[in-house]
Amino acid sequence: MNQRRSIFIISCLAFGYAFLYIPILSMVVFSFNASKLVTVWDSANSPTLKWYYSLLNNEEILDAAWISLKVAVINASGSVILGTLAGFALSRFTNFRGRFTLNAMATAPLVMPEVITGLSLLLLFVAMEQLIGWPAGRGITTMTMSHMTFSMAYVTVVVQSRLATFDTALEEAAMDLGAKPLKVFFVITMPIIFPAILSGWLLAFTLSWDDLVISSFTSGPGSSTLPMVVFSKVRLGVSPEINVLATLTISAVTLIIVGVSLWMARASRIEKAPA
Amino acid sequence: MVVFLPYVWLMLFFVVPFVIVLKISFADVDLAIPPYTPLMQWTENNVLAIKLNFNNYEFLFTDKLYLNAFLNSIKVAFISTLLCLLVGYPMAYGIARAKPSTRNVLLLLVILPFWTSLLLRVYAWIGLLKANGVINNVLISLGIIHDPLTMLYTPFAMYVGIVYSYLPFLILPLYANLEKMDWTLLEAAEDLGCRPWQAFYKITLPLSRNGILAGSMLVFIPAVGEFVIPALLGGPNALMIGRILWDEFFSNRAWPVASAVAILLLILLVPFMMWYQSIQARESAGAR
Repeated sequence: MNQRRSIFIISCLAFGYAFLYIPILSMVVFSFNASKLVTVWDSANSPTLKWYYSLLNNEEILDAAWISLKVAVINASGSVILGTLAGFALSRFTNFRGRFTLNAMATAPLVMPEVITGLSLLLLFVAMEQLIGWPAGRGITTMTMSHMTFSMAYVTVVVQSRLATFDTALEEAAMDLGAKPLKVFFVITMPIIFPAILSGWLLAFTLSWDDLVISSFTSGPGSSTLPMVVFSKVRLGVSPEINVLATLTISAVTLIIVGVSLWMARASRIEKAPA
Repeated sequence: MVVFLPYVWLMLFFVVPFVIVLKISFADVDLAIPPYTPLMQWTENNVLAIKLNFNNYEFLFTDKLYLNAFLNSIKVAFISTLLCLLVGYPMAYGIARAKPSTRNVLLLLVILPFWTSLLLRVYAWIGLLKANGVINNVLISLGIIHDPLTMLYTPFAMYVGIVYSYLPFLILPLYANLEKMDWTLLEAAEDLGCRPWQAFYKITLPLSRNGILAGSMLVFIPAVGEFVIPALLGGPNALMIGRILWDEFFSNRAWPVASAVAILLLILLVPFMMWYQSIQARESAGAR
């Protein structure tokens, strides 16, 4: 490659990654700062773990985190089931009535502004309550259902793209040998698309764990999620505990994502290696 | 069965809600629970009377606030998309041309921030941009400025926040597109005497058109309705339509007005969504 061009590209990359990571690093560094002013480094007493202790004793944040965790786990599991079915339907059955509609419905939530989704789901729940008396009031159930609606779109896309590169001869061979369609799915298809299902699950979990707007619309009294608590705190300005929360989140995400991608890289090497 | 379950779910939780929003956008604000008037009523002679109320829409078009918010949201989303392209294109290009082993690491580094909470990443910018924040402290201690710059709660902060949050959405589809590019075309062009920039402009750019458009739509469409970033970084004057909808709903409890805003926003965005879908369809058709 041309020398001047590669210098240009490398400096663009360096700038881009600095832009992406400086804010994250600053939160990590200042989570160890003793000063209540957060961004003014108190060199006499820092680094300190005092905000870590105070976060772990903050009932409000812990309760909210517990609610978020429950919603995120149920949501991720539900969206994986729905999303895998939708992805499977879209990539295998190329000709069925309503394919166009399903495709449009499954991908539209990806780009739909959250305020619209949130408002429309809330109005649906209100109307359902008036009509059939369920769901009575709003809370974890309504939040989980709305999260599933937008998370499954992401799972669908991930599963669909994995199925697109899938060698259907394997399934046909199993069927020729007498396996029933359901057995083929669980014995052949599932293990092969498992990485996609796992990334779909993680993605759905993260989307739900992180969601503020849709949760705010569809939650009820006493079911504030972690992002809702964080948002109300952050509106008042910076808080040392939020830096700690960010640091813990970033560490957990980094561990999981790096771990999963290493595992997947190994799995795909094994798959590609000649038998 | 495979089709049925997701189909019914999406119908119930995605399509039906819009019908209800549409319905309520024609209702009147009422001091009741829920706070709007019923649209249909059985009159005494068992006739179904439907009362459509266009006041909400009339109100949105006559009050300058809403029109300005709509225009401003489009402007902000458009400029943010351009800025994202400016930062993201060279990055996607650089990643696509890197060695395969470095490529995976670089890609992972783009995806990683996307997995950490958006709210927390936006929050990080408050710490960087505020009057006694990191950037001002560094600039003052280096002697470049003497008084802190006002950056937080300005349009500048909002643009930084949007570009920062949506950058991965632009880089990933663009990278997926550039990765499939046949680089020998560029070599051929240069052998034939094209300057590098000319080759880029005449070959790389047109070939990556679908990637550019798909990535831009993924930034533009959600950015128009963005709520969190203008609310946290933009300050009180940041008129964004997502924020107006939120305030109408949560502060004013004007559900019908909020619904009308949602319907207009949707009408505005649907053409872009359909455009995005057709680009995606073209892209995956080309891949096969």
